[in-house]
Formats: sequence, structure tokens, C-alpha cells
Amino acid sequence: MPYLGSEETVKELKRALSNPNVQSDRLRYRNVILRVIRFMTQGLDMAPLFMEMVKASATVDIVQKKLVYLFMCSYATLKPDLALLAINTLLKDCADPNPMVRGLALRNMCNLRMPGISEYIQQPILSGLRDKASYVRRAAVLGCAKMQNLQPNAEIDGAVVNELYGLLRDQDPVVMVNCLRALEEILKKEGGVVINKPIAHHLLNRMKDLDVWGQSEVLTFLLRYRPRCHSELFDILNLLDSFLGSSHSGVVAATTRLFLSLGSALPAVQSGALERARGPLLAACNAQSRELRFVALCHVQQVLRSLPGHFGAHYKKFFCSYSEPNYIKFRKMEILVELVNDENVGTVLEELRGYCTDVSPELAQAAIFAIGRVGQTYSEKCLSILTGLLELKQEQITSAVVQTFRDLVWLCPQCSESVCASIAGCEEHIQDSEGKQALVWLLGVHGEQIPGSPYVLEEFIDALKTEQSPAVKLELLTATVRLFLSRPAETQDMLGRLLTFCIEEECDMSVRDRALFCYRLLQCGVEEARRVLGGPKSDPSLGVIAGRPEEPINSWAGDFNTLAPVYSREDWAALTATTGGSPSLIPLVTGGAAQADLGSAEEAEAAGSAAAAAAPAAPSPPGPSEELCLVSGPPLSPELFERRWLALEPSRRVSLDWPGGDCLPETLQAALQLVNIQALALSRPHARPWKAYLYAHSLGTVVLAELLRDTDAGGLQVTLKQDPEREEALSSFLTVLKTVMQTLGNSSASLSSHD
Amino acid sequence: MISQVFLLSAKGDHLIYKDFRGEAGRDVINVFYEKVNALPGDQPPVVMHHEGLHFVHVRQGGLYCVATTRSNPSPFTLTEFLNRLAALIRDYCGSLSEQSVSLNSALIYELLDEMLDFGYPQTSSTEILKNFIQTEAVTPKPFSLLDLRNVGLFGADTQHSKVAPSAAASRPVLSTRGEPGGKNEIFVDVIERLTVVIGSNGTLLKADIQGEIRLKCFLPSCSEMRIGLNEEFSIGKTQLRGYGAAVRVDECSFHEAVKLDEFENQRVLRVTPSQGEHTVMQYQLSDELPSPPPFRLFHSLEREPSGRLLVYLKLRCDLPPKNAALNVVVNLPVPKGSVSLSQELSSPDQSAELQPISRAVRWEIPRFPGGAQLSALFKLEGSGLSAASLLEVGPVSLSFELPKLTCTGLQIRFLRLSPPLPALPQRWVRYVTHSDSYTIRM
Repeated sequence: MPYLGSEETVKELKRALSNPNVQSDRLRYRNVILRVIRFMTQGLDMAPLFMEMVKASATVDIVQKKLVYLFMCSYATLKPDLALLAINTLLKDCADPNPMVRGLALRNMCNLRMPGISEYIQQPILSGLRDKASYVRRAAVLGCAKMQNLQPNAEIDGAVVNELYGLLRDQDPVVMVNCLRALEEILKKEGGVVINKPIAHHLLNRMKDLDVWGQSEVLTFLLRYRPRCHSELFDILNLLDSFLGSSHSGVVAATTRLFLSLGSALPAVQSGALERARGPLLAACNAQSRELRFVALCHVQQVLRSLPGHFGAHYKKFFCSYSEPNYIKFRKMEILVELVNDENVGTVLEELRGYCTDVSPELAQAAIFAIGRVGQTYSEKCLSILTGLLELKQEQITSAVVQTFRDLVWLCPQCSESVCASIAGCEEHIQDSEGKQALVWLLGVHGEQIPGSPYVLEEFIDALKTEQSPAVKLELLTATVRLFLSRPAETQDMLGRLLTFCIEEECDMSVRDRALFCYRLLQCGVEEARRVLGGPKSDPSLGVIAGRPEEPINSWAGDFNTLAPVYSREDWAALTATTGGSPSLIPLVTGGAAQADLGSAEEAEAAGSAAAAAAPAAPSPPGPSEELCLVSGPPLSPELFERRWLALEPSRRVSLDWPGGDCLPETLQAALQLVNIQALALSRPHARPWKAYLYAHSLGTVVLAELLRDTDAGGLQVTLKQDPEREEALSSFLTVLKTVMQTLGNSSASLSSHD
Repeated sequence: MISQVFLLSAKGDHLIYKDFRGEAGRDVINVFYEKVNALPGDQPPVVMHHEGLHFVHVRQGGLYCVATTRSNPSPFTLTEFLNRLAALIRDYCGSLSEQSVSLNSALIYELLDEMLDFGYPQTSSTEILKNFIQTEAVTPKPFSLLDLRNVGLFGADTQHSKVAPSAAASRPVLSTRGEPGGKNEIFVDVIERLTVVIGSNGTLLKADIQGEIRLKCFLPSCSEMRIGLNEEFSIGKTQLRGYGAAVRVDECSFHEAVKLDEFENQRVLRVTPSQGEHTVMQYQLSDELPSPPPFRLFHSLEREPSGRLLVYLKLRCDLPPKNAALNVVVNLPVPKGSVSLSQELSSPDQSAELQPISRAVRWEIPRFPGGAQLSALFKLEGSGLSAASLLEVGPVSLSFELPKLTCTGLQIRFLRLSPPLPALPQRWVRYVTHSDSYTIRM
């Protein structure tokens, strides 16, 4: 359409609109207006027609009225003076005997976003609130919110607020929900609408009359209400129980969220609610609408963070359909990996194997990585599948398989033999730099087990001039030096050539530096080089981190049914960081407050008391570091933790007393969390050696800690690492940790003596 | 709360744009479209953000229906709302397409104005909305008499042996207003979507049926309708009714307007249909199909010394002989190096071609009667086809449509209006099973 000739179009439309012949013919007039709206939608500037359109609003034709109002609301901000001309017509319509006309005029008058409008709309809104037609009352109630929105700094009119609270008892359910919405916006600065006991009970009783949108919204408002006693709580739960089985997924999700919040101190209620919501959630995962499927899958992932077995029996529901878009397939694969257990591992792997040859290279690669993750527990089965994939001799597949091999070998040393046997010949099919890096690393670290390793590396060295990626060169330098240490005779010559090239001809600074470093290291002698580069070849203990502990439900319950689960965790953290705190309407109810109300679970009490004792004790001990305390900083992902842990040297090793008896990991974790120490991973209670990985932020540094308990009798070995170094932070961390351990010891001792 | 709603065509044309809260300018439409197009893959994630503004979109009928928001609302409600908007547009305009939306933009603006106020949903029921909607729908002229999308869409009904014309239900709900005595019709559709995975040895690895009973009513007002299901219909694993072959589903949920007091004993749903389309009942069944899966595949793969791959497929349709599958498309992934294809098919109405982009052979069978068996021989040639390439052949996926058939066996025994209306409306019952995903491993 004519983006270029818009001036001509405007002129022509202007002529048509002011043509009396057109004006007298209702259909023709409406058609011209429709054309104006169409151009407006396409993005053409129709503001010059404002005057003519205002004239067109004085009509009995409701369709035409609606179109003109739409036009005026879009351009009122640009032409406030002309828009005032329309006010008279609108005011007249507000007194029309037809409620539809009244409502329409009132709604659109409030939609005119321009300065000075509020003095005109105040009176119509107030009379609209008392109108006998619910259609007008709906518009008037939201009109109050719009008025407040126009003058954000104006004082809140107490009379209006009272009137709105009164209208919560209105006959019409939509008026009631609109009142909640309006009050929420008007009282935004004071923390939103207050849900006290009578209001909460009134809302609960009206739930049945609402439509699904109203139900979801009222359920969200009810999150704010805390029942006084157990019996009231269970009454509410009983009343809302049927909504967990609603056929509308929005209502199910909102009810689930409310149950999780109400039951924040009652694990049985939470798991019961999730149990009841499982069916509807699974149905949404297979809904016809793909978008709904995606949203449901994201929420399933969230539930799995706390209850890994929750969907175990239904793993087949997460098999991909071939017609699904990739973003759904990715989610399903992530879920499938989580659901693997002894019984279904064969079927799941067979399914994942099918995705490895997908047309989309990203999907194929993700499927291979997924098999690798399953392989951390079921290494044998996965290795045979991965080795089979190598026979396809395809670039992306081979590259992904080799990368998976590298990670597997590092985590599961028992795999290294079969991996080394199968990677011969891979070098011909790897083109991308990630794959090359992985292969070179494997050749360097496990070179003595791979017969042809020096010759493969030699090929890489010969092709060095054409190699683009500095990362591959860096990896190649380290690997060749490592291989030289294990197979000197075959490697010496090529190492010399590699070092010469990298030092004399390489332009990339980091590669040249690494080459010089290797060169000087070798000058120090072979033993020294072995000591530096030898290192461990695997670290199975990191498997603890890979198999994350179950997070408490309360850590995500507040985010359920919001946009947070739909974004990836990193994206969401970045988003909330820029907007300054979670934009969620409802503040997450912290465990402590809820437990004070309805403390029932014994562990929770123990944790609470431990924290209460630890918190004041923490800052007190050493004089000068009085104000030092741990703060809750940005969360650390397991991957990042792993990387930092490996990179850092231990700053301090200490031995602490074990708090005694059977201190449960959840208790420990809860207690630590209250003093701002985050537990990333904990072993099961009776595992030996028992390990825990913790971290905390303090004074601009991050303290990483490993707790290790080898035998039942021994104490607790604590290894601390820090980035960057800061002695005070380290001591304050230790003090806090000691206090927590002591308090836990005391409380568990007192508990057992009570028994 | 929703800040803006807009509809974009696949090419990025602005079809509908309405701002409810003045929180963001209209330039965000272009931001959204750029984001949608910048991402690789077939479809971008449902939720995206730009400077504190979240975009939630659904794709229907080739259009993007987008809502923006600055707050943090429920993603379930938001996507359901957009889906409902799309359904309403379909109800009022007859179909959802670029053409119908741009022809009916006035009507859709009216709809949006009534559905949302200040970004809050007010009402979404066709029944209530029709009181406020004044614009008449404009139906696009049919592009061709043989509209291929609707060919072969189901057709039996209970009392009449006539077959409903396939396009009968895709017309605006309210278009009868102008012409009194227009068609009084009620359509009850039983639609099932079938998801099946069959292992390489022929065992059934996964079977899943998602079904629904959908009611589309063109009557302006209607008395209560009683829908009778099979008497042997049972829910859950424990319950078994009657002696015949039970019709069993795992889970079942109903529209909130359905009265279930006769359901327990007589399997009768009581509902007062309002104008427009509604899903009366949804049900699921996993793992145990009452009948064998509709298709079985026998295959053999061979590599000739010259490097040519021979794929021999024999496809069997296990439906009862009176039924037939329509628009069957067999999709066979082939090795990467395949360049050319020669085929031997058993009848001339079938066709097969090699699609280089999706790396697959597409074999189309317009009609496949029950009990029949079809075979095809594909010879693939290309560079670098090795013995290992055989591993890349498969899994085969099928898409098809089974008219007049439900895989669960769910049937509608009767549709009765009580009290009967003076002018008895036409009642149509239609059954169809679609393949959601039908995969056979090789």
C-alpha cells in the first residue's frame, strides 16, 4: 500500500470525509472511515484527519462511533486541543438511555490519554459507578484506574477508594474483579489492594460465578491472604480443590500456585496439590496449541527441580513428535534426561538415539549431549550408542560425540578405555573448532592409550597455518606438551615445530604467550613440567555437582505461573537485574515468616531456631570485622562453580566438629541459607564420604567451600577457596559456618534429649 | 495485564494493532518482527523480551497473534487468551487467515474493544459478545471450489444419511442474522489426535490419544441438549462397564457448563449450547489402544556394490475394510549425500519425491483403504553413500486423517433436544482422527 503517497491519500480521504454526499450515505461514510482505520493500522500518519473524524463521531451509527473512538484514542495524545472538541459528544453519549452507548462513551473517554482530560471524566466516572447497568459500572471502575494512571502524582482520592472497596460486593462478577484490578493500580504505591479476611472469604465464595480469566486473577490476588489458623486454611483448600481439575490450564496453574504458597510450611499440602495438578499439566503438555505446550513444559521442568520422580511414570508423554518445532523438542529432551531411571533408560536412549540424525544440526547435537548426560549414570549403554554414531562419519555428529566423550571421560574415568578405542579416525570428520578442541584434549590427556595419537596431533600441527581458531591452537600446545611427557620419542620433533611456529609466526598474543610459557616450562626440566601439567585426568567428585540436590519447593513456588519459568534462568536473572528486582506483583513469602505462623514440621523449626541463634552471633566475634557479614549475591550456577573451583587454589583448610548425630542435609541447607551461605550440592545423609559444596558472597568476593566427612567418627574437613583473595571475608565466613554447625549440634542434641 | 495486542501476517504486515495502556509505542511491532525473523529454526520461543516489555505470541492460521506486557502475568492465561481470541475471530469471521482478518478489521477491533479494557480481559464468551458486536462479518470469496484443506472432512450423522458438506462448519456464526430462516445447524465433532511410536521390531512403544468433543452451534438460542455417549464408556483403569468391548479413557475433563448428573449412570452429557464453538469434553488415553495401530510398516534396506541404496517399504493399513485413511504422507529421512531418487510405486495416484532441504523422501497416498497393503521401492543415488549411511535411513513418520473413525471407539449414541424446538435444527455428528505424530523406527 502507498507508504510513499501518504499525503495524497490523506488529502483524498479528507475530501471524501467532508463530502456531504458521502456523509448522508451511512454505508459510504462508514467505508471511508474504515479505510482511515486501515491506513492507521498499517502505520500511516492519519492525524491530519482528526478534525473530520471528530465530526464523524456525532452519529447514531454505533459501528461508526466505535471506529471513530478508536481513531481518537490513537491520536488524542498528538492533538489534545482538537480532542477536547469531541468531549461534548462523548459527555452527551454518557447520558444516553442505551447502556451500551453509555458504557462505550465512558470507556473511550477514559482512554483518551491527554493532559487535562481528568477534569472532564471525573463526574461521568462517579455517576458511572452508580449506574444501574453492569456494563457501564465495569467501564467506570476501570476508569478510576485510568484516571489515576494519567496523573501518577495526584493524591489518591479516599472516597473513590472506599467506593471501589464497596463495589467488591457488586452483583456482577466482572465488576468485582475490575474493582480488584483498579484498586491494585490506584494503591500501587501503598502495596496494592488489601485482602483481609472478609474480602478473602467473599472472593472465595464468588469464585464459581467468575469466568476463567476472573478466576485466574482472583486466585493470584488471594496469594496475598494468610489464613489465621489451620482450620481456616484447610477450609480454603477444600473450597478451591475442584479448581485443580479445571479444564482451563490457566486456572489450574493459578490454583496450584496458591496451594503451594498456602502450604509453604506444610509439605504434604504442596505435594498433594502437585499430584492433583499433574494430570492437567500433562494434558497441557500435549495440548493442541504448541505455545501452550511450551509453557506447560517449562513448568514441568520447574516441578522436576524439587520432585525428580514426579513425572517418572509418564516419561513417554515427553517423546518428541516429528512435527513439533525445535524449541519444544529441546525442552522435551531436557525433561527426558531428568526422568531417566533404571527401568526406562533403554527406551529413553532408544528415543534419543532417533533424534541424533535429525535434519536440524542443532537438534542432533543437543540429542547427543543429552545422551552424554544420561551417560554420567549409565555409561555403558550410552557409549555403545555414541560409538555407533561415529560410524555415520558426519561432521556435526562426530564433533558432538567427541565433545561428549571429553566430558564423560572427565566425570567417569571408567569410560576412558572404550572412548580411547573408538576415537581413532575421527579427526577426518571434525571441522568445527569445539570438536577439534575436544579431540585434541583427549589426545593430550589420554595419549598413551591411543596408539596413533602423535600422528593425529602431527596432522593438526601440519595444518596449523590454515587453522583459524586460537582456542584450538592453545589446546594443541598444551596437548602436545602433555603427550611429549608420556611419549617423548614420537612427539619431540613435532613439538619443536609447533613451538617454533607459535613463537615466531603466530600473530595471536595469547597463543604466543602460551607457547613461550610451554617453552620456558620445558626449560625447567621434565619433572617440573610433569608436575605442572600432569594433574588429575578425571574428577568423579564433580558428578555430585552434576546430580544436583532436590531444591525445596518454596524456592520456586513464588515463580510458578509467572513468566520466570518460561525464560531460561540466566535470561530471567538478567531481566530482573535490569528492572531492579522481580516485577512479580506478589512478594515471595519467605519460609521463616510462614513457619512462625504455622510451624509444624520439626525440621523447619530446628532450622529456624538454628538460624535465629546464628544470625545475631555471626557479626559479633572479632572486633574490627564487626560490620562484615555475608550478603546474598547473584546465584552461582553449578557450571560456574565447577569452573571456579577448579581454577582456584585452596586458601585455607580447617577441620570442624560434626554437629552430631543425624543432621539432615535439608536442615543444614535451610540453616545455611538463612545466614546467606548457599548450598550448591549436598550428598545424601548417610553417604560416605559425605560432601557438600557451598558458596557465599562477602565484601565483593566469593567464597567457595567444600565440606568433607570421610568416616562417621571423624570431624568435618573444610576446604575454602576464594576469588579474589580477601582475608577478612574468609574469616567471617568461617565464623558464620562454625556458629551454624555449633547451633545445629546443640539443637539436634536438645531434640534428641527431648525424645 | 496486557499492554498491546497486535496481529501480524507472516510477511510482517500490520493487520490489527490496539494499544490498551499507552506503555509502549507502536514501533515495538517492528522490534517483534525483527526478533521473530532473526532467530534460526522454524519458530522462535513463545516469550521474548525487549527493554522490559515481554512479547507473548501464538501462531495460528499463519498469523502472529501477539500480546505485550510490562508486568509479570501468568503465561498460561496469556496464551490461552490469545488462543481464545483466535477462536473468536474464527467464530465471527468464519476462518482465520490474512484475508479474513483484513476484510473484517472493523469487526475485530470491536471484538478487542469488548474483550479487553485497560488490558484486562472482560469477557470472551461468544454468547455475551454477540450482544455488543454490531459489524457484520464479511466472508472471503472461496478461492477455489476445490478447497483442498477441507477435502474429505468426515461425514456421517445419526438420523440423516446425508453427508454434511465439508465447508459447512467454516462460516461465521452470526452471519445468519441478516437472513431469517437461515440454516439451523448444530455440529458435534469428535476429534482425536493420535501419537504413536512403533519400534523397529514392530512393537508399540508409545501410544497416546488426545480427544475432544467439540460443539459448534449456529442457533441463536437453543434448548438443552442431551449428548449420549457409549454406555460402556469408562474412565480410569479400574472401572469396567458392561460386557462388550469397553471404551476406556484415562482422564476426562468437561466444560464448566456441562451438567453431569446423568453421566454417572447413563453416560449422558447435558449442555445448553450457546452460539459459537465450544469444547464440551476433553479426554486422554495412553499406552493401551483398544485396536491395533492403523498402520504397520515392513521394510528392507540394501546397498548395492555400486553405492546405490535400495529401500523397500511395505505399508499395511489395519483399519476395518469399510474405513479408509486419507491424505497419507509418508516421510522417510534419507542419508545426507542422496542426490537422486528413482521409485517404483504400486499405483499411479501415488507420488514420491526427494526433498533435499528436509533430506527426506515424501511419499503421498491420497486414499488408503482399510486392509490394503501398498509397497514402494526407492532407489537412492548420490556421492558418499556408505554402508554406515543405512543407519541414517528412518525413522519413518506418517501423517494422515481417518474420517468416520475414533481410535478410542467413542461414539455418540444420540443428540436430543429437550424440549424439542418447533423448527427442528439439523444435527450433525462427525468423527475424525488426525495423526499428531506417527513414527515408525527402522
